[in-house]
Amino acid sequence: MELYELTVHELMDKLENKEITVTDITKSYVDRINEKEKDVDAFVTLTTDEALSKAKVVEEKIKNGETKSKYSGIPIGIKDNICTKGVKTTCASRMLENFVAPYDATVMDKINNENMIMLGKLNMDEFAMGASTEYSYFKKTKNPWDLNRVPGGSSGGSAAAVASNMVPWALGSDTGGSIRQPSSFCGVVGLKPTYGLVSRYGLVAFASSLDQIGPITKDVTDSALLLNLITGHDSKDTTSLDIEKKDYTKALVNDVKGLKIGLPKEYFGDGINPEVKKAIMDVAKKYEEMGAIVEDCSMEVTDYALATYYIIACAEASSNLGRFDGIRYGYRTKNFENLKDIYINSRSEGFGEEVKRRIMLGTYVLSSGYYDAYYKKAQKVRTVVKNEFDKLFSKYDVLLTPTSPTVAFNIGTRSNNPLEMYLADICTVSVNIGGLPGISVPCTTNSEGMPIGFQLIGNHFSEDTILRAAYTYEQNTNFREENKPTFKK
Amino acid sequence: MNISREEIIHIAKLANLKLTEEEIEKTLYNMKDILNFANTVNNVNTDGVDESIGATENYNVFRKDEIKEFGDRDILLSNAPEQEDGMFKIPKVI
Repeated sequence: MELYELTVHELMDKLENKEITVTDITKSYVDRINEKEKDVDAFVTLTTDEALSKAKVVEEKIKNGETKSKYSGIPIGIKDNICTKGVKTTCASRMLENFVAPYDATVMDKINNENMIMLGKLNMDEFAMGASTEYSYFKKTKNPWDLNRVPGGSSGGSAAAVASNMVPWALGSDTGGSIRQPSSFCGVVGLKPTYGLVSRYGLVAFASSLDQIGPITKDVTDSALLLNLITGHDSKDTTSLDIEKKDYTKALVNDVKGLKIGLPKEYFGDGINPEVKKAIMDVAKKYEEMGAIVEDCSMEVTDYALATYYIIACAEASSNLGRFDGIRYGYRTKNFENLKDIYINSRSEGFGEEVKRRIMLGTYVLSSGYYDAYYKKAQKVRTVVKNEFDKLFSKYDVLLTPTSPTVAFNIGTRSNNPLEMYLADICTVSVNIGGLPGISVPCTTNSEGMPIGFQLIGNHFSEDTILRAAYTYEQNTNFREENKPTFKK
Repeated sequence: MNISREEIIHIAKLANLKLTEEEIEKTLYNMKDILNFANTVNNVNTDGVDESIGATENYNVFRKDEIKEFGDRDILLSNAPEQEDGMFKIPKVI
């Protein structure tokens, strides 16, 4: 077995037992990148040379006892909307094609403090707006299970890189499903934490009240390990919550006896592909067999969550992206005579089609005459969504749903129909509206060999509960052993 | 939900965007669909419901107004398309 096939906790064990060195691990991943990146196109920027040099330095540090952290020397891939000092952060946009952040995001500080090794910056939909990574300005990432298909999005580069073993794990960001949906499409584990659990400082803002950074990993144990590293209050992000840090590896207990699981019927409607529906019902059966109590439930407002999400997300995006003016950083047009020209032409030339569409929609719903009917109304529906979740979580520990209504679709089939692309987020957006944690776990493949993931939604700060439930499922099934990406062309 | 060509141009202006003829046509076509869809939020009964201000109930997080030096002026300016004497450069305004 090659080192790149191992999970991070397996790599940590081997490092601890001195069976392997940090350089062995880094080399294994760099070789794998050299072999697979040409097919998958997951990276915007590679830092493999820097990674190999850093591996030697970290190896010395470990030898000299200067670092005792088990994370030392573990490689990682980073979504390209997380600021990395000295390495480009492009958001897969022409607007930030040459942007080098002057500081590290708080999650990067945490990663660097543990002497972890970054392998590169991963592709995404431009400014995280999309569900297929096709809206990247630079390249289209392919799904390792079938190179004709999308990896999902917006963290498509992160999910594809983990699935193809080019990185052992990665950070993504999730505004309406951007960690969970690509994880589902690529057969890996993706966790979107409770809003406020992880600092957003240095994450390029899309929709500030919805965005969260989270781990994309090969298995649930790694998810808990990476979550442990990135959580914690940060005074630089006023929305990060000052609460006691938990050790999520303690949640990795193989037991769901008595766990109450709700199946909200709105997530199993006509829009859900029958094979996906069957797969999720099989997961529900498995949970029952393992001793959980599974019940049907209902969350009527689900049908309106997607519209609510797009109003709020686009409104916030139109405001957040106002900062891109061609003055302090980012793309500046060559066609200008005055200041106003710089603003307008830099933005019109620097942003891609989908980003402009969302800025337009956001500006519209916030504009005079439409504010009440759209934005204000959506913020009220947001309260209704939260109230309905509260009601459900007074009865259930977790909710079980599909992560996505379909498996990964073919490249080019939805990119010309924005509304159809938005519908890909239907199972994931409510979680962001409610600020709740959600995890996508692979369960099976469909008749075409494409992975299907299920989603577990927990109450605020109950990452431990969803991790326990996910871990128990994983321990009693064999998705990773039985299914591998084929890189089929 | 109908949106006119004039409204598209007006919204673009508010957003500091300039759309080509082709983009205006396309936006007009897509926005109608998207707004019809967005409009479905009005089917939810929200009588007596307050607006959310965010994902959590966190409200007005205060901190002391203290100056913290970033220290490296050059690196902050290094991404500027044009700079002069340690300042961002823009065309003449007045």
